[in-house]
Amino acid sequence: MRASLIILGFFCVGLASGYLEWLPESWTRTDFSLYALYLLMFLVGISIGADARVLLALRSHGLKLALVPLVTIFGTFTGILAVSMLSGNIPVTEGLAVGAGFGYYSLSSVIISELYSETLGVVALLSNIMREVMTLLFAPLMVAAFGKLAPIASAGATSMDTTLPIITASAGKEFAIVALFHGIVLTILVPVLVTLIISLA
Amino acid sequence: MLEILALMCAGTAVGYLIRKRPVLVRWLEKGIIWSIYLLLFLLGLSIGTNETIMGQLPVLGGQAFLLSFGGVGGSLLFAFLAWRLFFNNGKTNQ
Repeated sequence: MRASLIILGFFCVGLASGYLEWLPESWTRTDFSLYALYLLMFLVGISIGADARVLLALRSHGLKLALVPLVTIFGTFTGILAVSMLSGNIPVTEGLAVGAGFGYYSLSSVIISELYSETLGVVALLSNIMREVMTLLFAPLMVAAFGKLAPIASAGATSMDTTLPIITASAGKEFAIVALFHGIVLTILVPVLVTLIISLA
Repeated sequence: MLEILALMCAGTAVGYLIRKRPVLVRWLEKGIIWSIYLLLFLLGLSIGTNETIMGQLPVLGGQAFLLSFGGVGGSLLFAFLAWRLFFNNGKTNQ
Protein backbone atom coordinates (compact mmCIF):
# COMPACT_ATOMS: atom_id res chain seq x y z
CA MET A 1 0.00 0.00 0.00
CA ARG A 2 2.79 2.40 0.92
CA ALA A 3 4.57 1.64 -2.35
CA SER A 4 1.37 2.38 -4.29
CA LEU A 5 1.02 5.74 -2.59
CA ILE A 6 4.63 6.67 -3.39
CA ILE A 7 4.10 5.70 -7.05
CA LEU A 8 0.93 7.79 -7.20
CA GLY A 9 2.79 10.60 -5.46
CA PHE A 10 5.39 10.72 -8.25
CA PHE A 11 2.61 10.83 -10.85
CA CYS A 12 0.78 13.64 -9.02
CA VAL A 13 3.93 15.71 -8.50
CA GLY A 14 4.62 15.33 -12.22
CA LEU A 15 1.05 16.33 -13.02
CA ALA A 16 1.25 19.41 -10.77
CA SER A 17 4.64 20.51 -12.09
CA GLY A 18 3.38 20.19 -15.65
CA TYR A 19 0.10 21.95 -14.99
CA LEU A 20 1.58 24.78 -12.95
CA GLU A 21 4.56 25.07 -15.33
CA TRP A 22 7.22 24.57 -12.66
CA LEU A 23 9.51 22.88 -15.15
CA PRO A 24 10.59 23.99 -18.64
CA GLU A 25 8.40 22.52 -21.38
CA SER A 26 11.43 20.99 -23.11
CA TRP A 27 11.46 18.32 -20.38
CA THR A 28 8.39 16.71 -21.87
CA ARG A 29 9.70 16.70 -25.43
CA THR A 30 12.43 14.10 -25.26
CA ASP A 31 12.83 10.42 -25.99
CA PHE A 32 14.11 10.07 -22.47
CA SER A 33 11.01 8.26 -21.23
CA LEU A 34 11.24 5.70 -24.05
CA TYR A 35 14.78 4.78 -22.96
CA ALA A 36 13.61 4.63 -19.36
CA LEU A 37 10.91 2.18 -20.49
CA TYR A 38 13.54 0.07 -22.28
CA LEU A 39 15.58 -0.06 -19.08
CA LEU A 40 12.46 -0.91 -17.07
CA MET A 41 11.54 -3.82 -19.35
CA PHE A 42 15.07 -5.22 -19.19
CA LEU A 43 14.98 -5.07 -15.38
CA VAL A 44 11.49 -6.61 -15.26
CA GLY A 45 12.89 -9.47 -17.37
CA ILE A 46 15.75 -9.95 -14.92
CA SER A 47 13.40 -10.17 -11.94
CA ILE A 48 11.32 -12.77 -13.81
CA GLY A 49 14.32 -14.88 -14.83
CA ALA A 50 15.76 -14.86 -11.33
CA ASP A 51 12.47 -15.93 -9.72
CA ALA A 52 12.12 -19.66 -9.13
CA ARG A 53 8.77 -19.41 -7.33
CA VAL A 54 6.56 -20.10 -10.37
CA LEU A 55 8.16 -23.45 -11.12
CA LEU A 56 8.27 -24.39 -7.45
CA ALA A 57 4.57 -23.63 -6.96
CA LEU A 58 3.61 -25.56 -10.09
CA ARG A 59 5.66 -28.55 -8.98
CA SER A 60 3.94 -28.64 -5.60
CA HIS A 61 0.36 -27.86 -6.67
CA GLY A 62 0.00 -29.29 -10.14
CA LEU A 63 -1.78 -27.96 -13.15
CA LYS A 64 -4.98 -26.99 -11.36
CA LEU A 65 -3.05 -24.01 -10.04
CA ALA A 66 -2.35 -22.86 -13.60
CA LEU A 67 -6.08 -22.68 -14.23
CA VAL A 68 -6.56 -19.70 -11.90
CA PRO A 69 -4.62 -17.12 -13.97
CA LEU A 70 -6.52 -18.34 -17.06
CA VAL A 71 -9.80 -17.73 -15.24
CA THR A 72 -8.74 -14.14 -14.57
CA ILE A 73 -7.52 -13.53 -18.12
CA PHE A 74 -10.62 -14.88 -19.86
CA GLY A 75 -12.96 -13.35 -17.25
CA THR A 76 -11.36 -9.92 -17.59
CA PHE A 77 -11.40 -9.97 -21.39
CA THR A 78 -15.02 -11.17 -21.50
CA GLY A 79 -16.14 -8.43 -19.12
CA ILE A 80 -14.17 -5.79 -21.03
CA LEU A 81 -15.64 -6.94 -24.36
CA ALA A 82 -19.10 -6.58 -22.84
CA VAL A 83 -18.60 -3.05 -21.49
CA SER A 84 -16.75 -1.84 -24.63
CA MET A 85 -19.60 -2.99 -26.83
CA LEU A 86 -22.34 -1.70 -24.52
CA SER A 87 -20.72 1.70 -23.96
CA GLY A 88 -20.04 2.31 -27.64
CA ASN A 89 -17.34 4.94 -26.98
CA ILE A 90 -14.43 2.67 -26.01
CA PRO A 91 -12.79 0.82 -28.95
CA VAL A 92 -12.54 -2.87 -28.07
CA THR A 93 -8.78 -3.18 -28.66
CA GLU A 94 -8.09 -0.12 -26.49
CA GLY A 95 -10.33 -1.55 -23.77
CA LEU A 96 -8.57 -4.92 -23.90
CA ALA A 97 -5.13 -3.27 -23.71
CA VAL A 98 -6.20 -1.40 -20.57
CA GLY A 99 -7.72 -4.59 -19.13
CA ALA A 100 -4.50 -6.53 -19.84
CA GLY A 101 -2.93 -4.38 -17.11
CA PHE A 102 -4.71 -6.68 -14.59
CA GLY A 103 -4.23 -4.08 -11.87
CA TYR A 104 -0.50 -3.54 -12.60
CA TYR A 105 -1.19 0.13 -13.23
CA SER A 106 2.37 1.46 -13.19
CA LEU A 107 3.72 -0.79 -15.93
CA SER A 108 0.58 -0.92 -18.11
CA SER A 109 0.14 2.86 -18.13
CA VAL A 110 3.74 3.63 -19.08
CA ILE A 111 3.79 1.01 -21.86
CA ILE A 112 0.50 2.28 -23.31
CA SER A 113 1.49 5.94 -23.12
CA GLU A 114 4.86 5.26 -24.79
CA LEU A 115 3.63 2.91 -27.51
CA TYR A 116 0.16 4.29 -28.19
CA SER A 117 -1.26 7.43 -26.57
CA GLU A 118 -0.95 9.31 -23.31
CA THR A 119 -4.72 9.65 -23.14
CA LEU A 120 -5.17 5.89 -23.05
CA GLY A 121 -2.18 5.69 -20.69
CA VAL A 122 -4.15 7.81 -18.20
CA VAL A 123 -7.20 5.56 -18.61
CA ALA A 124 -4.96 2.52 -17.96
CA LEU A 125 -3.51 4.17 -14.85
CA LEU A 126 -6.91 5.07 -13.38
CA SER A 127 -8.67 1.86 -14.39
CA ASN A 128 -6.00 -0.45 -12.97
CA ILE A 129 -5.78 1.55 -9.73
CA MET A 130 -9.56 1.18 -9.43
CA ARG A 131 -9.20 -2.57 -9.89
CA GLU A 132 -6.81 -2.74 -6.92
CA VAL A 133 -9.02 -0.48 -4.80
CA MET A 134 -12.20 -2.46 -5.60
CA THR A 135 -10.44 -5.65 -4.52
CA LEU A 136 -9.16 -4.09 -1.29
CA LEU A 137 -12.63 -2.78 -0.45
CA PHE A 138 -14.82 -5.72 -1.44
CA ALA A 139 -12.71 -8.89 -1.04
CA PRO A 140 -14.82 -10.29 1.84
CA LEU A 141 -18.05 -9.64 -0.10
CA MET A 142 -16.54 -11.30 -3.18
CA VAL A 143 -15.74 -14.46 -1.22
CA ALA A 144 -19.28 -14.57 0.18
CA ALA A 145 -20.94 -14.12 -3.21
CA PHE A 146 -18.57 -15.79 -5.70
CA GLY A 147 -16.38 -18.22 -3.76
CA LYS A 148 -12.80 -18.18 -2.58
CA LEU A 149 -11.13 -17.66 -5.95
CA ALA A 150 -13.09 -14.43 -6.48
CA PRO A 151 -10.83 -11.92 -4.69
CA ILE A 152 -7.76 -13.51 -6.32
CA ALA A 153 -9.24 -13.15 -9.81
CA SER A 154 -10.38 -9.62 -9.04
CA ALA A 155 -6.95 -8.67 -7.70
CA GLY A 156 -5.23 -9.63 -10.96
CA ALA A 157 -1.47 -9.15 -10.86
CA THR A 158 -1.70 -7.47 -7.45
CA SER A 159 -2.64 -10.77 -5.74
CA MET A 160 1.10 -11.36 -5.12
CA ASP A 161 1.70 -8.17 -3.13
CA THR A 162 -0.65 -5.28 -2.35
CA THR A 163 -3.88 -7.28 -2.11
CA LEU A 164 -2.37 -10.50 -0.72
CA PRO A 165 -3.15 -9.65 2.93
CA ILE A 166 -6.85 -8.99 2.29
CA ILE A 167 -7.07 -12.15 0.14
CA THR A 168 -5.66 -14.41 2.85
CA ALA A 169 -7.81 -12.63 5.44
CA SER A 170 -11.01 -13.22 3.48
CA ALA A 171 -10.40 -16.52 1.61
CA GLY A 172 -8.09 -18.17 4.13
CA LYS A 173 -4.35 -18.72 4.55
CA GLU A 174 -4.43 -21.85 2.38
CA PHE A 175 -5.09 -19.57 -0.60
CA ALA A 176 -1.86 -17.62 -0.12
CA ILE A 177 0.07 -19.92 -2.49
CA VAL A 178 -2.68 -19.75 -5.13
CA ALA A 179 -2.73 -15.95 -4.84
CA LEU A 180 1.08 -15.68 -5.03
CA PHE A 181 1.35 -17.96 -8.05
CA HIS A 182 -1.56 -16.20 -9.78
CA GLY A 183 -0.05 -12.76 -9.16
CA ILE A 184 3.40 -13.79 -10.39
CA VAL A 185 2.06 -15.34 -13.60
CA LEU A 186 -0.07 -12.28 -14.40
CA THR A 187 2.79 -9.91 -13.54
CA ILE A 188 4.89 -11.73 -16.14
CA LEU A 189 2.07 -11.65 -18.70
CA VAL A 190 1.10 -7.97 -18.26
CA PRO A 191 4.00 -6.46 -20.26
CA VAL A 192 3.69 -9.13 -22.97
CA LEU A 193 -0.10 -8.92 -23.38
CA VAL A 194 -0.32 -5.12 -23.12
CA THR A 195 2.43 -4.70 -25.73
CA LEU A 196 0.87 -7.24 -28.10
CA ILE A 197 -2.69 -5.92 -27.81
CA ILE A 198 -1.75 -2.24 -28.07
CA SER A 199 0.24 -2.96 -31.25
CA LEU A 200 -3.04 -4.12 -32.82
CA ALA A 201 -4.97 -0.98 -31.84
CA MET B 1 6.92 -3.23 -29.67
CA LEU B 2 9.44 -5.89 -30.75
CA GLU B 3 12.35 -4.18 -29.05
CA ILE B 4 10.38 -4.07 -25.79
CA LEU B 5 9.63 -7.79 -25.84
CA ALA B 6 13.19 -8.58 -26.95
CA LEU B 7 14.63 -6.54 -24.08
CA MET B 8 12.38 -8.33 -21.64
CA CYS B 9 13.46 -11.74 -22.96
CA ALA B 10 17.13 -10.73 -22.82
CA GLY B 11 16.53 -9.59 -19.24
CA THR B 12 14.92 -12.94 -18.40
CA ALA B 13 17.99 -14.79 -19.70
CA VAL B 14 20.31 -12.55 -17.68
CA GLY B 15 18.06 -12.97 -14.64
CA TYR B 16 18.21 -16.74 -14.96
CA LEU B 17 22.01 -16.64 -15.18
CA ILE B 18 22.36 -14.50 -12.06
CA ARG B 19 19.52 -16.16 -10.07
CA LYS B 20 21.99 -17.53 -7.50
CA ARG B 21 23.26 -14.03 -6.66
CA PRO B 22 20.36 -12.61 -4.62
CA VAL B 23 22.17 -9.43 -3.58
CA LEU B 24 22.74 -8.42 -7.19
CA VAL B 25 19.16 -9.36 -8.13
CA ARG B 26 17.70 -7.33 -5.26
CA TRP B 27 19.85 -4.37 -6.25
CA LEU B 28 18.65 -4.57 -9.86
CA GLU B 29 15.03 -4.94 -8.71
CA LYS B 30 15.39 -1.60 -6.92
CA GLY B 31 16.01 -0.22 -10.40
CA ILE B 32 12.51 -1.37 -11.40
CA ILE B 33 10.78 0.70 -8.77
CA TRP B 34 12.93 3.76 -9.55
CA SER B 35 12.31 3.53 -13.30
CA ILE B 36 8.59 3.28 -12.54
CA TYR B 37 8.79 6.38 -10.31
CA LEU B 38 10.61 8.21 -13.08
CA LEU B 39 8.24 7.12 -15.85
CA LEU B 40 5.10 7.97 -13.91
CA PHE B 41 6.57 11.36 -12.97
CA LEU B 42 7.26 11.99 -16.67
CA LEU B 43 3.77 10.77 -17.63
CA GLY B 44 2.27 13.14 -15.05
CA LEU B 45 4.44 15.98 -16.31
CA SER B 46 3.45 15.41 -19.88
CA ILE B 47 -0.26 15.15 -19.05
CA GLY B 48 -0.13 18.22 -16.81
CA THR B 49 1.13 20.29 -19.74
CA ASN B 50 -1.49 18.80 -22.07
CA GLU B 51 -4.63 20.91 -21.73
CA THR B 52 -6.67 18.59 -23.95
CA ILE B 53 -6.10 15.59 -21.68
CA MET B 54 -6.56 17.69 -18.51
CA GLY B 55 -9.94 18.85 -19.81
CA GLN B 56 -10.92 15.27 -20.63
CA LEU B 57 -10.02 13.88 -17.20
CA PRO B 58 -13.64 13.40 -16.02
CA VAL B 59 -14.49 11.50 -19.24
CA LEU B 60 -11.32 9.40 -18.99
CA GLY B 61 -12.12 8.63 -15.34
CA GLY B 62 -15.58 7.43 -16.40
CA GLN B 63 -14.11 5.17 -19.10
CA ALA B 64 -11.56 3.85 -16.61
CA PHE B 65 -14.34 3.01 -14.16
CA LEU B 66 -16.37 1.19 -16.83
CA LEU B 67 -13.32 -0.86 -17.86
CA SER B 68 -12.36 -1.81 -14.31
CA PHE B 69 -15.99 -2.65 -13.56
CA GLY B 70 -16.11 -4.91 -16.64
CA GLY B 71 -12.74 -6.51 -15.90
CA VAL B 72 -13.53 -7.20 -12.24
CA GLY B 73 -17.10 -8.30 -13.03
CA GLY B 74 -16.00 -10.78 -15.68
CA SER B 75 -13.23 -12.11 -13.43
CA LEU B 76 -15.70 -12.64 -10.57
CA LEU B 77 -18.11 -14.49 -12.84
CA PHE B 78 -15.41 -16.79 -14.21
CA ALA B 79 -13.95 -17.29 -10.73
CA PHE B 80 -17.41 -18.34 -9.52
CA LEU B 81 -17.76 -20.87 -12.35
CA ALA B 82 -14.24 -22.27 -11.84
CA TRP B 83 -14.82 -22.51 -8.08
CA ARG B 84 -18.03 -24.46 -8.61
CA LEU B 85 -16.69 -26.67 -11.40
CA PHE B 86 -13.14 -27.49 -10.38
CA PHE B 87 -12.35 -26.53 -6.81
CA ASN B 88 -15.37 -27.02 -4.62
CA ASN B 89 -17.04 -30.08 -6.10
CA GLY B 90 -20.40 -30.29 -4.40
CA LYS B 91 -19.08 -29.00 -1.08
CA THR B 92 -20.55 -25.98 0.64
CA ASN B 93 -18.53 -22.80 1.08
CA GLN B 94 -17.88 -23.41 4.75
